[in-house]
Amino acid sequence: MACIEARGLRRAFGTTVAVDGVDLHVEEGRIVGLIGPNGAGKTTALNAILGLTQYQGELKVLGRDPWTERDQLMRDVCFIADVAVLPRWIRVSQALDYVAGVHPRFDRAKAEGFLLKTTIRNTNKVRELSKGMVAQLHLALVMAIDAKLLVLDEPTLGLDILYRKQFYDSLLNDYFDRTRTIVVTTHQVEEIQDVLTDVMFINRGRIVLNCSMEEFESRYAEVTVNPAQVAAARALRPMHERQVFGRSILLFDRVDREQLSNLGEVRTPSIADLFVAVVGNQSGQAQGAAK
Amino acid sequence: MNTPSNAMPESFDAQRVVPASLSVTRPMYWSVRRELWENRSIYIAPLVAAAVILFGFLISMIHLPNKMRATLALDPANQHEALAVPYDAAAGLLMGTALLVGVFYCLDALHGERRDRSILFWKSLPVSDLTTVLSKASIPLMVLPLFTFAITVVTQWIMLLLSTVVLLMSGVSAAPLWTHLSLFQMSLLLFYHLLTVHVLWHAPIYAWLLLVSAWARRAAFLWAALPLVAIYIVEKIAFNTSYFIAMLEHRLSGGGAEAITAPNSFPMDPMTHLTPGNFLGSPGLWIGLAVAAAFLAAAVRLRRNQGPI
Repeated sequence: MACIEARGLRRAFGTTVAVDGVDLHVEEGRIVGLIGPNGAGKTTALNAILGLTQYQGELKVLGRDPWTERDQLMRDVCFIADVAVLPRWIRVSQALDYVAGVHPRFDRAKAEGFLLKTTIRNTNKVRELSKGMVAQLHLALVMAIDAKLLVLDEPTLGLDILYRKQFYDSLLNDYFDRTRTIVVTTHQVEEIQDVLTDVMFINRGRIVLNCSMEEFESRYAEVTVNPAQVAAARALRPMHERQVFGRSILLFDRVDREQLSNLGEVRTPSIADLFVAVVGNQSGQAQGAAK
Repeated sequence: MNTPSNAMPESFDAQRVVPASLSVTRPMYWSVRRELWENRSIYIAPLVAAAVILFGFLISMIHLPNKMRATLALDPANQHEALAVPYDAAAGLLMGTALLVGVFYCLDALHGERRDRSILFWKSLPVSDLTTVLSKASIPLMVLPLFTFAITVVTQWIMLLLSTVVLLMSGVSAAPLWTHLSLFQMSLLLFYHLLTVHVLWHAPIYAWLLLVSAWARRAAFLWAALPLVAIYIVEKIAFNTSYFIAMLEHRLSGGGAEAITAPNSFPMDPMTHLTPGNFLGSPGLWIGLAVAAAFLAAAVRLRRNQGPI
């Protein structure tokens, strides 16, 4: 059974269409990065998946309709919707008590084990913790839940690099076990590149790229072209071109690597560079069309 | 703990065998506890009020022996009334405190979690919107009345024992206190009054406040009050009548009239007679409860739709 299955998913707020006919198929055991510019519809799409917003079209998460069965679904789905959504008045011990009280799949000992590795104490109130520590606490709560799907929407926004690194490290080492599915959105794309198994670009409410990381690595190539061969390289129809220190860097889709290696230094592009190429081109075209 | 759903051996407990449908009461229980953690005023405010009442009463006891002598000169019916005054006043003050706490609690209940974005955390747990709204409604409709009852009874007993000690020390007989004040009967009447008026009759008021707190983006108090004022003004100008305001007044201060005879006496006065049949037969009660249910259902729907503000 697919973990998330969406067909023609659509959500409009008044005349603004946030999600515009998205088809989605996420298999079990994947770590999917959903990448998009601000206002692309990432959060709305995730909210639909989590039963936080109504939608049109077909959507099944773990075989359930999230809008009508949110409370049932939340036994198998977990999410961190934003940094610092834990209530500021709650004590760490109370948070543990409450989640243990209402969640049948919460393993309190596991959460306490995670917290022991941090400087967070059971008697602390959330308002006394730094932003990074609140994220650690939330992650400890979430990782102790034996869920099938974990959704992270900008879970590390505003955290410093140490906390961000630690966040994804614990997620990979202590949580992910190849039967769980993780969907994550972030603007710090480069930090999760090695973590992902799949990448999706979303722009203006539509999925504009959807591929596995293996496919990503075989399909896309970035070449720092030797100055003398720029014209020859351009003839191979790169999808994007940029200048760094006076040298042209060209991005190719499905062009033979052997052929490219004659033109200059070839490597796999970063997700961030591909994102700029795909989404940047789109907005360029749209601006061109507007003129 | 979860009731074991099948005959799994204990050693599998680490894997936490979960019954197909977790009981409804567990999330409800923890949601109510959650409310008490967040809103400590629910129990602190009545406790402070009781302390203030006892402090005032303690000071008033300087005059107690003289007052007692004056009271004994009255005829028995008036004696009773004079003796019961501080006890009724204490109960009234505590109920007033609980009412205020309940009103402000309700106005913030479904608003605060959206304002501080914690709704995103609560909604990530397997607790339905219905459970959440009902747990919040149970604070003014169950927790506060029960707590008010307990604290009033304790306060009245302390008052009675203090008076007895002071009277005995000053050589005045404390016997009239014990013959005229039947605290058990007073407690029973208090419980009846809390149940009929503060829970059943006032239910639509609290439900309305919860509905507004689920809907308003800001200034929930204004949104709760202004529509009522607007309806009053429109009715007054259009028809030159004031049925709506009369209805509100009846809802706020009435109810007791149906539940007891002798409407002008204080509810805890043992001279009044309970008329539960009369109360249960009054259409106002059932209309009010139906309206309360409708408001709460609307609040559940709103919470499902609303995100953080």
